[in-house]
Amino acid sequence: MSPTLPFASTEARTNYLNADYGWKSWLFTTDHKRIALLYLFSITAFFFVGGLFAVGMRVNLLTPQGLFSHETYNKLFTMHGIIMVFFFLVPSIPATLGNFLVPMMIGARDLAFPRINLLSWYIYIVGGIFALIAVIQGGVDTGWTFYAPFSSTYSNTHVILAALGVFVSGFSSILTGLNFIVTIHKMRAPGMTWNRLPLFVWGHYATSLIQVLGTPVIAITLVLLGLERLLHAGIFDPTVGGDPVLFQHLFWFYSHPAVYIMILPGMAVISEIVACFSRKAIFGYSFVAFSSIAIAVLGFLVWGHHLFVAGQSMYASMAFSFISFLVAVPSAIKVFNWTATMYKGSVSYETPMLYAFGFIGLFTIGGLTGLFLATMAIDVHVTDTYFVIAHFHYVMVGGMVMAYLGGIHFWFPKITGRLYPEGWAKFAALVVFVGFNLTFFPQFILGYQGMPRRYAHYPPEFQVLNVMSTAGASILALGYLIPMIYLTWAWRHGPSSPQNPWNAKGLEWEQSPTPPPTYNFDHQPVVTEPAYNYSGREQEVDIGG
Amino acid sequence: MADSETILAAAHEPELQHHFDDSAQQLESSTLGMWVFLVTEVMFFGGMFGGYTVYRNMYPEAFASTSHFMNVTIGAFNTAVLIFSSFTMVLAVRSAQLGQKKALIAFLILTLILGCVFLSLKYVEYHEKWVDHHIPGPGFHYADPRYFHQAQILFFLYFAMTGMHAIHMIIGAGLLAALIVMAARNRFSATWYTPVEMIGLYWHFVDIVWIFLFPLLYLIGHTR
Repeated sequence: MSPTLPFASTEARTNYLNADYGWKSWLFTTDHKRIALLYLFSITAFFFVGGLFAVGMRVNLLTPQGLFSHETYNKLFTMHGIIMVFFFLVPSIPATLGNFLVPMMIGARDLAFPRINLLSWYIYIVGGIFALIAVIQGGVDTGWTFYAPFSSTYSNTHVILAALGVFVSGFSSILTGLNFIVTIHKMRAPGMTWNRLPLFVWGHYATSLIQVLGTPVIAITLVLLGLERLLHAGIFDPTVGGDPVLFQHLFWFYSHPAVYIMILPGMAVISEIVACFSRKAIFGYSFVAFSSIAIAVLGFLVWGHHLFVAGQSMYASMAFSFISFLVAVPSAIKVFNWTATMYKGSVSYETPMLYAFGFIGLFTIGGLTGLFLATMAIDVHVTDTYFVIAHFHYVMVGGMVMAYLGGIHFWFPKITGRLYPEGWAKFAALVVFVGFNLTFFPQFILGYQGMPRRYAHYPPEFQVLNVMSTAGASILALGYLIPMIYLTWAWRHGPSSPQNPWNAKGLEWEQSPTPPPTYNFDHQPVVTEPAYNYSGREQEVDIGG
Repeated sequence: MADSETILAAAHEPELQHHFDDSAQQLESSTLGMWVFLVTEVMFFGGMFGGYTVYRNMYPEAFASTSHFMNVTIGAFNTAVLIFSSFTMVLAVRSAQLGQKKALIAFLILTLILGCVFLSLKYVEYHEKWVDHHIPGPGFHYADPRYFHQAQILFFLYFAMTGMHAIHMIIGAGLLAALIVMAARNRFSATWYTPVEMIGLYWHFVDIVWIFLFPLLYLIGHTR
């Protein structure tokens, strides 16, 4: 770890972890930091459940004829998608790191609505229990997209139970977003102007907008789906006058913006890490800040690119295709500005920075292949192939999960007051990177050659690439298990961390003890400088870019 | 830890929570939070209004035909009931602002009664639909066989939209009852009555949803 300020042992101080003991002090806490940890443990559990389904899929795809029946395989990919999207990726960074850090970064004692914050965790758990019951009862086979009329009329699996789980957990996401918006508007410390907000907070603000505006739409869509499944009135059934494409429109009106819920917080983390380990202010602060807002806004106008082959009007498709290309602009601004931040910076290679490098490279591949898919002619060729799978796993896993792991390592000392073993962490970061690419790069080729997604069997000529992908998935699984082990160990036995082990800027490091006390700060923090003032400039620069 | 100023302020203002600097910040936060919540409600109902728009454009004649089976009298009366209940809600908020406890409780009770009148009449309407076999599903029956399936979709939307609205009314009635209890226990004062104001906003929102539902569901067949 980098050189540190001398600071007294943290053991003697009262902090949020040792302020109170016993299960009640956790399950009835309104401390945003403790709720963040409740979320951390719950989403980690769901991550491993979702991962188990992925293991099942990759094992099945080792051989062309497969291991499981078609029905079992359908359930495997459906439950993998539902759990990973709604119970891991959507809450991942916002509900854990965001919950922990947004109030600290703006100098607040808590989120605006601490009890609603706790309520959101309980709602998440109730939703999760519904989803798990659906798994135990035998699973769902509709795909995570719940497309009608298969889901509403024909599937004889536990669609309503799974949809209920997603419906309920959506409200936890809404409440988190609502809490962040109000907190960021109303609870900033003196001197913490909008132009001085850390980009982590900007990213979470943009994410919250999507959570608040998008999630209610999937909620009502799933209500309509459930009612239709009970009543068979035909609202999504084309044989009696219903419109199944309407379901797709409603579904993707949320679910496309939702993929930005699953990447904007990752970008937010990367901005912090890149600035800290380059010892430089972020290049073009306001561009990076507003690119998050731009992604959130444009994200609501591109859902139709999921419907290019669904019978949507060609002119609508052209408009959606064009706006989808526009999303690449703010995304590219971020990638270029992170790169420019590193240029002539004092770059060091601690674990969080390794994950940031991984993120930037893999997100770029994931983003650029998104442009292939936004191109109507190419999309027709690769729709519902492994090309799509590889594309969004490069963004969701190569992007978001990398950023999540980077963020967990970066703020681990802050959260636990302990240091993690750097050597093991660097090794694990490398294993994750190698395993990830070996898993998903072959899938680009498979998809381009025409292997469709969601099939249990495939022609023998695809076997070599599928075996490579399964081998990669095994390495990737190892890469996720290693941090689980050493982080758990370090939480109990790691050396105590000084207040600011990275010499990072930001209120959470500079003005709050490590680990923080219950109300985050010993004194009311006052902000007197712009964000990422690593060069120690006295004056505020014009942030025109 | 909260600094000494905050602790002093808290002693004067019992409703101030530890993480806010002062009551003004707390009130602004609650108000913004409530408005953001109402935005999520707009999006929630918006999904159904979107579906309604699609099907009404697809099947305009069938939709005009079905609206003749809606009970316009009850619908119109209920519209008046809800508008009047919004008025009594405003008076309740005003009474809270002035610290008039008796008037506050009276107007809250009046609002609650009007809400219950609305729900009772809604029950009468639902019962009519049940008797006429206008509930979507296996027992559905429609007089004009040309429009059987399309009418079923409209009745599906009718029950989804008014049902979701009625659920919001029931939640609102529960919140009003809680307010009445709180008011009777002297929880509110002229300086702190935030829950009355917030639930007032919610109540107005639910009314406005009905203002849109009534013409879209009941009156579309009556324009010539």
